Amino acid sequence: MAEVGFEIWRGDAEEGEFRSYTTEVTEGMVVLDAVHRIQAEDAPDLAVRWNCKAGRCGSCSAEVNGMPRLMCMTRMSDLPTARPIRIEPMKAFPRVRDLVCDVSWNYEAKKRIKPFRPRPPDDADGSWRMQQADVDRVMEFRKCIECFLCQDVCHVLREHGEHERFIGPRHLVHAAALEMHPLDTETRTRELWEEGGIGFCNITKCCTEVCPEGITITDNAIIPLKERVVDDVFDPVRRVLRTLRGGTEEKAP
Amino acid sequence: MAEYERHEYDVIVIGAGGAGLRAAVEASAAGASVGVVCKSLLGKAHTVMAEGGVAASLGNVDERDSWKVHFADTMRGGQYLNDWRMAELHAREAPDRVRELEGWGALFDRTPDGRILQRNFGGHAYPRLAHVGDRTGLEMIRALQDHGIHQGMDVHMEVTVTRLLKDGERVTGAFAYDRERGRFRVFHAGAVIVATGGIGRAFRVTSNSWEYTGDGHTLAYDAGAELMDMEFVQFHPTGMVWPPSVRGILVTEGVRGEGGVLRNSEGRRFLFDEIPEAYRDQTADTEEEGWRYCQGDPEARRPPELLTRDHVARRILAEVAAGRGSPHGGAFLDIAWIKDHVEGGAEHIKRKLPGMHHQFRELAGIDITEEPMEVGPTTHYVMGGVRVDAETQMSTVPGLFAAGECASGLHGANRLGGNSLSDLLVFGRRAGAHAAAFASERGPGSLDMEEVEAEAARLLEPFRRNGGGDGNPHQIQHELQSIMQDKAGIIREADKLGEALDAVRALRRRAQRVPVSGNREYNPGWHTWIDLHNLLTVSEAVIRAAAERTESRGAHTRDDYPGKDPAWGGMNLTARRGADGEMTLERRSIPEMPDELKRIIEEQG
Repeated sequence: MAEVGFEIWRGDAEEGEFRSYTTEVTEGMVVLDAVHRIQAEDAPDLAVRWNCKAGRCGSCSAEVNGMPRLMCMTRMSDLPTARPIRIEPMKAFPRVRDLVCDVSWNYEAKKRIKPFRPRPPDDADGSWRMQQADVDRVMEFRKCIECFLCQDVCHVLREHGEHERFIGPRHLVHAAALEMHPLDTETRTRELWEEGGIGFCNITKCCTEVCPEGITITDNAIIPLKERVVDDVFDPVRRVLRTLRGGTEEKAP
Repeated sequence: MAEYERHEYDVIVIGAGGAGLRAAVEASAAGASVGVVCKSLLGKAHTVMAEGGVAASLGNVDERDSWKVHFADTMRGGQYLNDWRMAELHAREAPDRVRELEGWGALFDRTPDGRILQRNFGGHAYPRLAHVGDRTGLEMIRALQDHGIHQGMDVHMEVTVTRLLKDGERVTGAFAYDRERGRFRVFHAGAVIVATGGIGRAFRVTSNSWEYTGDGHTLAYDAGAELMDMEFVQFHPTGMVWPPSVRGILVTEGVRGEGGVLRNSEGRRFLFDEIPEAYRDQTADTEEEGWRYCQGDPEARRPPELLTRDHVARRILAEVAAGRGSPHGGAFLDIAWIKDHVEGGAEHIKRKLPGMHHQFRELAGIDITEEPMEVGPTTHYVMGGVRVDAETQMSTVPGLFAAGECASGLHGANRLGGNSLSDLLVFGRRAGAHAAAFASERGPGSLDMEEVEAEAARLLEPFRRNGGGDGNPHQIQHELQSIMQDKAGIIREADKLGEALDAVRALRRRAQRVPVSGNREYNPGWHTWIDLHNLLTVSEAVIRAAAERTESRGAHTRDDYPGKDPAWGGMNLTARRGADGEMTLERRSIPEMPDELKRIIEEQG
């Protein structure tokens, strides 16, 4: 194939710039291969995070020509090469160095979601019975590889920096996987409203568009969760029932 | 004396794949304070790549299955070099470990009556692998991760351990650096568990990511522990071969479990041409019988595609050598043909193998429901590792435990598919429990600050070298990979192994002189230099053991000794650092198996 030009963001937490590189691109190469080639030839200290190189671990997230992508699953042959290909780190998280950013906030946000709590086992040997159809309903959410591209593209985090008040699409998917898990008995709706900030999502579906696993984040995870939140937190009948049962008085949300 | 970021725990776990996380969960449950130290972000370890499933004799699909059959299958697959006690514990405990995982939120595919579905895999007599599509590893690691983060453990991400620290004979800590800043950290602990996975990056074609550089093997070896069975490196028969940038990436054995067949360029199912004696009675005579097996007919015997990985890998190489390979030097793996024989056609394939469908479509531009895949052997797994006690997983060095791929014993000369996910659950749990108990009984011990200073100086020394060295760390790693691939790979012989040993020694001398440029922050060149010590150590162990074992058995194939030698059949090889600093090998007779276990093997044929 041919020599292709790249503009790669180089810098640290404080400052940086795009620098130009060229490298030879051959058949079947993905963007991560090109970055590695540039690292080997011209920029031995170019920082890039990667691992499985097969779209299964979600480490090599970056923005390629402005689009949040996994570099290992973006084929060079699918990109226009008339102009240099621009690669930069995700924007919704603090920069560390070059293409690497600090995604530790995601791990902290996840910890705040109440963990899985199963019903007692169905059989004496400690196992449960579930139908494939019930399992299939959450399988989509469990495909998530935690690449955080959905967090990166979400304007609530990216533009407005509401990391303190909104857990983002990834963790709403996680919450949906727990809430719709056939064995789970926990309720997370109040926390999703009060601490998870589910109300911030105004369903622009950008997250669904960038998901490399093809998870229908907005329609299948967030909207059903919003419906549950409405039922549990705002439904006046349920609210009265809860008060009669001795539940705590609701705060105005 | 320099200041280091210091952390104190009862137990530290090095590695956050399945074994490390399972160990950390268990140690936490036992009341220990636990620090997990891992090279990547949490949840990215290579366990996510495990596709086919986790082996456990639940008996949900075929009730003839039991721990005894699983035990016998594991021993046969390992050519009886396995630690029989580990194989027994593994087979007995795996079902509970899988059920327990469901209690932590993991979800597996179901049988029609709502139980965990199990699929066929090479070397397993009955459908035994609990699975979820072809992303079982992701499901397991996520379940362990999401459970683990609520158990109180600390996770030190993107931190690499370079040396274990000792108090006399006992391991009491670890020295590490963080990737981001290159700052050093000192971990002080009552017990240390290494769960660092494999050594695949010592070879050119591998399914392993950059992390798999034999760290735990080398940390333990440097601390005085023994490595065992290092000649046994598993080459998975089906890695991607095209395009070049994805060469080596795994194509799950689940493809063959679902009915995928291997053909040569003449369209022939060449695996029918040669069936090993030990498996003749269990292998289908006809293509039709093999397909019935894949569809769950209990009367049918398995197709030859599901013979053990070592055999299938060698047969693919032989077809390529005979000029009957695929265009890019592999064989054709065809799952598309089952379309006309199953309900749902192409959709059935996509549902059973979604990851493979996605991987080939995105990376190779191939629709596996329409076209065959091109596949060839790829370095996948090392059976060898730290020699441990079967019950406790403690190495021969007090306070040092090992679990998962970096430990040895369970798999003998060859691992069966699906047995690694069960391995890491069963023995991760045991390591965690016993490490916590050890730490609680013995207290923290002390750290030798001289050892800490010496390690810091060792790591910084290459920055002070001014030229004079030959090449750079990346080049040395690439040369090592070529040597291991070409001279200590699937087919071995004495002369090539001798050359390989000389070459590895020469590379070690070069690594001792090569300069490292730049600074300590996120410096891939420096990290590679640090990894080289580990890669060279495990490579030397592989070569020496492969040269010593003058027979062909399991994953170890000698061109100059093509047959099995009964004298070697009762012998493991261990490697440890001798008094002169050189690696020395020792032959160890395998202890006599109890009559009860012998009887099981006889009954299972």
